[in-house]
Amino acid sequence: MNDLGPGFAEAWRMLVTLDPDVMSAVQVSVGVSVCATGLAALAGAPAGFILGVKQFRGRGAIAAVLHTLTGIPTVVVGLVGYILLTAHGPLGSFRLLYTPAGIVIGLFLLLVPLMTTLCMSAAAAVPASAHETALTLGATPLRAALAVVREGRFGYLTAVTTGFGRAIGEVGVAMMLGGNIRGVTRTMTTAMALETDKGMFGLALALGAILLVISLFVNSSLHYLKFRSERD
Amino acid sequence: MRFKLVNAMAVFVFAAMALLAGCQGKDRAKPAREPKAGPPAALKMATTTSTENTGLLDYLLPAFEKKCHCKVQVLSMGTGKALKAGRDGNVDVILVHDKGAELEFVAQGWGTERREIMYNDFLIIGPDRDPAGVRGMNLAADALAALAAAQAPFVSRGDDSGTHRKELDLWKNKGIEPSGDWYMEAGQGMEDTLRIADQKTAYVLTDRGTYLALRKKLTLAPLVEGDPELFNLYGVIPVNAAKHPGVKINTDLAVKFADWMASPEAQKLIGNFKVDGEVLFHPLAVDSE
Repeated sequence: MNDLGPGFAEAWRMLVTLDPDVMSAVQVSVGVSVCATGLAALAGAPAGFILGVKQFRGRGAIAAVLHTLTGIPTVVVGLVGYILLTAHGPLGSFRLLYTPAGIVIGLFLLLVPLMTTLCMSAAAAVPASAHETALTLGATPLRAALAVVREGRFGYLTAVTTGFGRAIGEVGVAMMLGGNIRGVTRTMTTAMALETDKGMFGLALALGAILLVISLFVNSSLHYLKFRSERD
Repeated sequence: MRFKLVNAMAVFVFAAMALLAGCQGKDRAKPAREPKAGPPAALKMATTTSTENTGLLDYLLPAFEKKCHCKVQVLSMGTGKALKAGRDGNVDVILVHDKGAELEFVAQGWGTERREIMYNDFLIIGPDRDPAGVRGMNLAADALAALAAAQAPFVSRGDDSGTHRKELDLWKNKGIEPSGDWYMEAGQGMEDTLRIADQKTAYVLTDRGTYLALRKKLTLAPLVEGDPELFNLYGVIPVNAAKHPGVKINTDLAVKFADWMASPEAQKLIGNFKVDGEVLFHPLAVDSE
């Protein structure tokens, strides 16, 4: 049995006709991934700055724990998220299990260690003199920090694109905390898992193609920005 | 200096809140696009993979959604997990197939009532050349015993679903505890399990609905069917909000849904639902013909 030919034909038809199931899965995936990446960046960038630039007791231990957590399996995050969000759990009264916001929380937990670690490297890669010079020249701590961010902008961009890539391609958290509800929490990856189960490869292939295009777009944007910043 | 750091933190917190609000707005924007005034109520239903993946619910639910101005959000999982979702207060209504467990669920007060909606049956399918020689056996338990004796490859759901529980009952009838290389536990939904069995040319117990929906993609042939033990009954149970104080469970809408599923309108729709010309689920509450 060869499913490849008819699968690709069906996938092409769905892409050309902007199939509502495909579009809705893309919308949900991009929406939750953007939100989670944004929130994780807001938490990870300041934390990474402090860990990368300041010296304090316990810094090494925190960095080691974060490094370990960067590789945490997504199903573990899904399980922890489930325990937090289930109706009788600590955050149960918000009724966030099986909602897009529930997926965002799970992805946030997944991304924070990863993005903090990457932001830490980005801040540490900037010569310490840049921060010190800014402070000596009378810059406020915020401005000094922003100077470091500016110097290490490519590292921060890498953090954001890596985080987004992890979020949009993962399936464990989206399945366990979203529940794969059609049109509401069905992401590209959970839709692909379901359609493959059903033996309907058309939709799965169409979504796979879009996922690749999104990754390609994000990564080539990053390379373009890097190319430009190196030329300047 | 310290004051400025506080300022910076305030900016950060504000930005985080703005972004959160933006994300929330995105979620809320969806129901607002519905043509009717006011966002439709949402009914969360945990059900088995067999009802969603055959396409039955896609066919059935729009009629109810139109009637009640609500959106039924379907979560498909095994029967065991669906019952747990009801016990945990994470869903409003469940549609499953394990009569014993369902009666217990209601007896313990987790559900307000149980309505029997429809039935189909299980069957054993396997490789067409049938190395274990079970084709045409009358009793499913005898067939499983023959498979165990022949150590013929068998794929079990292994996921505490209604189908898995039925299979375990059948083994128990014969006092067999299946184990060994020939007995594979998939731990996945019916579709996946059928595909695995197909790839491994193994025997497998399946519900008829999923089998018919997937038949064209399988090389396995139906071998044992018609045993009364293989009767597969689906029931709908609204989750009892009284058991979950402080948790918003929409029991009223769930009861409406259960009533509707048993109504002549829904029963007729269920009886009319066909895949490749075959009826997958037979209505039970009212005779449709």
